[in-house]
Amino acid sequence: MNVKYAISDTAVMTGRVMKQIFRSLDTIITVLFMPVAMLLAMNYVFGGAMDLGGVGTVDYMLAGIIMMCVLSGVAYTAYRIHVDVQKGLFERFHSMPVAKSSILGGHVLTSIVSNAVSVIAIILIGLLIGFRPEAGAVGWLMAALVIILFIAAMTWVSVFFGLAMKSVETAGVFAYLLIGLIFASSSFVPTGSMPPALAAFALHQPMTPIADSVRLLLLGEPPGNSLPIALAWCIGIGAAFWAMSVKAYGRRA
Amino acid sequence: MTAVKAVGLRKSFKAQTVLKGVSLTVGQGEIFALLGSNGAGKTTTIKILATLLRADSGTAEVCGFDVAKQGRRVRECISLTGQFAAVDDILTGRENLIMIGRLRHLGDPKGEADRQLGEFGLSDAADKPLSTYSGGMRRRLDLAMSMMGSPRVIFLDEPTTGLDPQGRLAVWDTVRTMVESGVTVFLTTQYLEEADSLADRIAILHDGAIAAEGTAAELKRLAPPPKLVLSFLEQGGMAQAAEALAAYGPVPGALTLTVATDGSVNQTAEIMRRLENAGIEASFAQRPPTLEEAFLTIIKEAI
Repeated sequence: MNVKYAISDTAVMTGRVMKQIFRSLDTIITVLFMPVAMLLAMNYVFGGAMDLGGVGTVDYMLAGIIMMCVLSGVAYTAYRIHVDVQKGLFERFHSMPVAKSSILGGHVLTSIVSNAVSVIAIILIGLLIGFRPEAGAVGWLMAALVIILFIAAMTWVSVFFGLAMKSVETAGVFAYLLIGLIFASSSFVPTGSMPPALAAFALHQPMTPIADSVRLLLLGEPPGNSLPIALAWCIGIGAAFWAMSVKAYGRRA
Repeated sequence: MTAVKAVGLRKSFKAQTVLKGVSLTVGQGEIFALLGSNGAGKTTTIKILATLLRADSGTAEVCGFDVAKQGRRVRECISLTGQFAAVDDILTGRENLIMIGRLRHLGDPKGEADRQLGEFGLSDAADKPLSTYSGGMRRRLDLAMSMMGSPRVIFLDEPTTGLDPQGRLAVWDTVRTMVESGVTVFLTTQYLEEADSLADRIAILHDGAIAAEGTAAELKRLAPPPKLVLSFLEQGGMAQAAEALAAYGPVPGALTLTVATDGSVNQTAEIMRRLENAGIEASFAQRPPTLEEAFLTIIKEAI
């Protein structure tokens, strides 16, 4: 097996999955529509009634909206992988002289690229309705790093569920449970305004440091502890689900 | 030339032993059918030969390469078509073929895709999305995908399961055309008729082991000998004959008696003589054993 084939096989696989996204309008609409609708509702409907500690509604919530968008995006990654397994496409590829790494690799790469594009779209829409980031180049780069690591971690979570779940309907359910975790974090309201038990939970789950670090970095403020904790969560979750996915892949394929 | 050779393949999943020592040989250019009921181990065998599964013990060679040690060489010379058409629904027929061509690292994937579209009668539908394809067309595309890059051995796992009779006949025709190019076809089926009409050689897989192997004609010889079917013009004659032939245990039907024989001339002549002596008017026909009878006999012996 040489590297040239591994690269060209991965390119073919990625091209295939990319076509799947671009040809199913519903994917694009679902992934972008829900977070944008949420952003608009938060800004124009609830925004005036919320106290976010002096920060503008869009400025405060955009990080959480980005995370929501990533989770609805990876739900489709899980779905696409599940369909490939069910249809026997993985088996067909395995019986061919194809670089093994390219089979999941194409899905992972597509997931990371398409989610990064969605995040850019969300940021652009945010700018249109009043998002005012004050980050310098370093702040943007650090925020981008956290977001990419978050996308990668969630992608491996989705790979695992795509392989492990028994039906198409349940393959993407994990993403909606994780969206619930975003609501139970500091993504949309500061933990200080929550009941004590919920606040304690919010402070110790991954979504809070991830949302805090992205928000603070983009607003040009020091992220403090939230940045290393966010990075640790992303890398830890990514590595754990990568290992679980590899194991599940061996079982299913 | 041997295309596929397996010796003593064994495979267990957890507590269940699926293969208990499968040995078989398939010659180059043959259509070989692995016939068996659901759960006999057909798919497991094909997965081991196509390098998707590893046998617990035993060896297998495909195209002269060891499936366990030279997996990549094996994969370069085979293709596998599973039980369900493994096609990408979002892509068009042509895009599916080109994708396979690229993954097989062919020099001209587009040209090869065009050629297969023509071969399999899909040129007109080439650029339509797969959602517009009928079940038969999907199966044809599936088979066209397995012919990309001219593999030497094609594994077809239950290629006609789920197709209507017309679709089944079309697949048989396609498979017959495919072997004209010299390719070896290794297929599994649970339909006796399919093995009978399509395969050069048949192996009956029962309970994880090969219970019998040979041409359809050879296997039929393992069935009980031919039966005599006697037809009568009226009930009276039939009742009389039943009495005259009581020793042979005739099975009555609608104005017919079916008599099992040992196939010898002596015994047949004796039956005829008894009818003649009793003055019974009857006509007779000999019914050759079917593959189904052979299958059932072989399976019963295996238990």
